[in-house]
Amino acid sequence: MEDKPLVDWAWIGDHLDDVVVRLFQHLQLTAIPVALGFVISLGLAIWAIRRPIVYGPTTAITGLLYTIPSIAAFAFLRPIFGLSLLTAIIPLTTYTLLILFRSNVSGFQSVPADVLEAAEGMGYTRRERLRRVELPLAIPLMITGIRLASVTTVGLATVAAILGDSFGGLGQFITEGLQTFFPTKIYLGAVLSVALAFSLDILFVRIELWATPWARARAEQTA
Amino acid sequence: MADQPAHRAAVVEFEHVTKRYDAPVKRRGGTSTKTPGAVNDLSLKVPAGKICVLVGPSGCGKTTSLKMVNRIIEPTSGRILIDGVDAATRDITELRRSIGYVIQQVGLFPHQTIADNVATVPRLLGWNADRLRARADELLALVGLEPGTYRDRFPSQLSGGERQRVGVARALAADPPIMLMDEPFGAVDPIVRDRLQNEFLRLQEELAKTILFVTHDIDEAIKMGDLVAVLQVGGVLAQFGTPAEILSNPASEFVARFVGDDRGLKRLALDRVGDLELVQVPLARPGDDAADARRRAHADPFRYLLLVDDANRPLGWVDEEDIPASGTLDEALANPVSPIVNRRTTLKDALSMMLDADVQAAIVVDRTGACQGVMTVDRVARLMREGEHGRMYGVFGDED
Ligand SMILES: Nc1ncnc2c1ncn2[C@@H]1O[C@H](COP(=O)(O)OP(=O)(O)O)[C@@H](O)[C@H]1O
Ligand SMILES: [Mg+2]
Repeated sequence: MEDKPLVDWAWIGDHLDDVVVRLFQHLQLTAIPVALGFVISLGLAIWAIRRPIVYGPTTAITGLLYTIPSIAAFAFLRPIFGLSLLTAIIPLTTYTLLILFRSNVSGFQSVPADVLEAAEGMGYTRRERLRRVELPLAIPLMITGIRLASVTTVGLATVAAILGDSFGGLGQFITEGLQTFFPTKIYLGAVLSVALAFSLDILFVRIELWATPWARARAEQTA
Repeated sequence: MADQPAHRAAVVEFEHVTKRYDAPVKRRGGTSTKTPGAVNDLSLKVPAGKICVLVGPSGCGKTTSLKMVNRIIEPTSGRILIDGVDAATRDITELRRSIGYVIQQVGLFPHQTIADNVATVPRLLGWNADRLRARADELLALVGLEPGTYRDRFPSQLSGGERQRVGVARALAADPPIMLMDEPFGAVDPIVRDRLQNEFLRLQEELAKTILFVTHDIDEAIKMGDLVAVLQVGGVLAQFGTPAEILSNPASEFVARFVGDDRGLKRLALDRVGDLELVQVPLARPGDDAADARRRAHADPFRYLLLVDDANRPLGWVDEEDIPASGTLDEALANPVSPIVNRRTTLKDALSMMLDADVQAAIVVDRTGACQGVMTVDRVARLMREGEHGRMYGVFGDED
């Protein structure tokens, strides 16, 4: 034991294909819940801006879901769905709802009232207005929510290691490292998680810039 | 009355229109109440191609009245007829697309280019891309914005005045017969506002839309309106008439107070030299017989001759005293001419020019510069007095 270095670079070099597989699994454990969560919370947010009474109960329910410990959720779902992806996806998706519902609602609320009034007065139908005016203008705050949800989910998804080899993701390295007293795996899992979270964050900042050219025009104006 | 609907303009008529908002909160007693009316039994008719200004203090129901036309707000009772058809019976989307709408905050779409903003309604109507582009350019030019410079910008890159112009262009895009304008020039500084008002009036001379225009500023109402509806709090119509009528004969204490103590002065900004009965003064030309000219000058209460050229264009005043007893008139006798105005000059501008020149009279010329007569302070005063005594102006501008 004593002669083992803190990080066994040779081991990493020999297992690069494992690293790629785990990274891909982890990306899957993040992307699917965030995407599903976004679609669900977008629907809920549209409902809530049409019927403000929906907002309070939805916030309460998504908040409640958020407080369920992830280990407990996995343990509860495993007997039902086995070691399938669903066992991880379901709780991870529900955790995104609190953040994404709120950010989507804020996105819609950030659309200036005069813009909505002008759109209504000029004869946009509700659908057209949603698609052509409200959604584009809600993008910045929605993406802020997606960034936060992605980073959070990357962290939470390490717990999905209990799903084992086929879906476990980077958490698998950490669990194995702990079980076999092999710190290299622990460091590897942790560092790659952080790097993944960081990369996703940058990716979405880029997407936001690309999707909102008008905001860039304003920034150049004031610069 | 004989309506002559201008090209693509429509008659808008309010028929006993009332709007009451539901009280937003129930009082502690628990009884749900309706608020007092925001608009109360409003009846008025705007002829095709005219600008009707709704004016009154804040909260008197101007915006509510306007929004009932494009049904952003539905009346509690009464009807709004557009060319005789009840707006409530029309398809709401189609109705709105046929009405231009301009609001104070403009409400440009921040995420769309200026060209896309302008082409909003035509795009909703399904025009093809080429036609949309051509129409946007045409309208930008119409409101005085160089298309090449502005079409690809975003609203955040424009000044307040430029945004207002884009707002007007957008409202005009599908050539609607009716325009609703809610304090359209309220958010810009007075100098820009004045310019936008003038440009808009010039535009309206060509377009001849039926326009409902909301403002809380009586001066703007008088300037912009063919007709002015003065509303008082509670949404009650206090007076409906031409600006001149409202200034000359306020229908109530409220209207008199609202138009202000200086309504005489305000009328000066409204009435034009052409409204005055002009004074005719003796004319003479260089080379005319001096003795005869002197006799004519003496016979006139003015004691002045106006020396004019062959085309009757004024050369200058000649004082009776300066006319030689014999010989002929010479141009050198003429004193420089006092202010020269035309029939379109407002009395306010004409009087201001006379004060500047320290004279009692101004020469009125026609388009060719030929003298038509002279306006005097006395004639202005006489016009004002007639107004006070109830001179009637045709409500629908039949006199024009
Ligand atoms: N949505 C609303 N709910 C309740 N009251 C309203 C609403 N909109 C306007 N009001 C009230 O109706 C009256 C007229 O408002 P408005 O038409 O906006 O006046 P103006 O445009 O002349 O300032 C005001 O007393 C205002 O408080
Ligand atoms: Mg208003």
